[in-house]
Amino acid sequence: MVTGTTPTTPTLPTTPTTPTLPTVPAVPTVPTVPAVPAVPTLEAVAAIAGSVPDPEIPSLTIADLGILRAVRVDKAGHVEVDLTPTYSGCPAVEAIESDVREALVAAGWRDAAVRRVLAPAWTTDWITAEGRQKLTDLGIAPPGEACVGANGGPRRSSPQPAASVSISPVTVAVACPQCGSCDTELVSRFSSTACKALRRCRSCAEPFEHFKPL
Amino acid sequence: MSETALRPAVARYCLGLGDDALVLAQRLCEWAAGAPAIEEDIALMNIALDLIGQARSFLSHAGELEGAGRTEDDLAFGRDERDFLNVQIVELANGDFGTTMARQLLFSAYQYQLYSALSSSADEQITAIAAKAVKEVAYHREHAASWVLRLGDGTEESHARMAAGLEVVWPFAGELFELFEPLEPLEPLDSDDSDGTRHSLGAGSVVNELFTTTCAPRQDSDTGRSAGRSDDSGPVGLLDARIIADPASLYRPWLGYVQSVLTEATLEVPSTTWSPGGGRRGLHTEGFGYLLAEMQHLHRSYPGATW
Repeated sequence: MVTGTTPTTPTLPTTPTTPTLPTVPAVPTVPTVPAVPAVPTLEAVAAIAGSVPDPEIPSLTIADLGILRAVRVDKAGHVEVDLTPTYSGCPAVEAIESDVREALVAAGWRDAAVRRVLAPAWTTDWITAEGRQKLTDLGIAPPGEACVGANGGPRRSSPQPAASVSISPVTVAVACPQCGSCDTELVSRFSSTACKALRRCRSCAEPFEHFKPL
Repeated sequence: MSETALRPAVARYCLGLGDDALVLAQRLCEWAAGAPAIEEDIALMNIALDLIGQARSFLSHAGELEGAGRTEDDLAFGRDERDFLNVQIVELANGDFGTTMARQLLFSAYQYQLYSALSSSADEQITAIAAKAVKEVAYHREHAASWVLRLGDGTEESHARMAAGLEVVWPFAGELFELFEPLEPLEPLDSDDSDGTRHSLGAGSVVNELFTTTCAPRQDSDTGRSAGRSDDSGPVGLLDARIIADPASLYRPWLGYVQSVLTEATLEVPSTTWSPGGGRRGLHTEGFGYLLAEMQHLHRSYPGATW
């Protein structure tokens, strides 16, 4: 050890102190976090944000509902998504926003931001075909579906009353999600949530909810 | 008129619309567990929820325009009676179900016309709020119309009570179609203008200054300019800038709709000519203080309470 070594090498013997560091268990946990893609793609962000379930109808995702409006990723990798509320007073808005943020943070985008946008106003037309199928499967009549039945040809329900002063119901024909009959009647314009009406089928006598066109 | 100069008036306007929605929602909530059927409990609560959502949007926008850092909660729970700018029709006691439905018909028909018109406001946020809300209000209006029809064209008893309810609320509809009025001077402006002109507090000539005194943060009054319509930072300025809808223009379509419903319901348009008002100036009916006490109690007793 003493033989002809340069004065600089004696610094090496200090290494015996460093071996104590690897004994810290914190080190192995760190590599698990960077498992996330460093540069998020729009598709990845949209997939994660869009797969967050709606708190009130959990089998539907926010992508199914059409409330995920935009996804942005800037050059620095900062993630931002736009959500729009269904109804002005929808009590699930805050929960959905925080769920989406949590999902994005869990995916590794810690500074992900969720923005609430009001315009253009959400419409049930934005509920996807898959979303409509899920609603039907749950026994909820989807909005704006043409009802083709024995009691008349297809009748398109409209999201808003006609310009006339007609006070007839906004929606005309809604198919029963149980038996498919178009012979259904309105029980109440507002059901368990503002976005649904309560109806009853005259054919099979089952009550059901109808996601109102908006 | 620059956009900045109009801000206090736009804020004040949004405050009025937000207060309308908030106060009516509070009244409707009194029906929880008390409506004729459970479906109606739920329907009225859902309508109230829509209105609260609209109120939140308008009050938040008012707070942003005001620029004094007040949030929707500060505005909803921290103001006193005279600072509320809602029309009086929304604060009236519910009365029986017929009276409540009479008010729902008149007011939701008004909101429908108003929000339709505001859907093309020059203020983007107002446009966004209104375009969304009008679709919700279409359902409120339909709900009210169906009940007025059912009760008016129902039994002798239901007809009589529907007609009586209509008599109660009808006079208060007049206020809906007046341009937002200036506030009465709560804090007289005695200061001299920069150009040395003394502010006058008399009659209607001071519309503009008065308009900026209350809704506008008080410090804004020192940006006050001499009175005169040529430099209108009040409601006329908002009309010129196409930010607000002229309430008078909403009257005919509103009346057309309401009349058609009443006719079908075998009811008559009340013939009363008495028309109270003043809600947009912060003047309210006796019951309003009690409503506010109930609505604000928790927030004021336990500031910042959350759950």
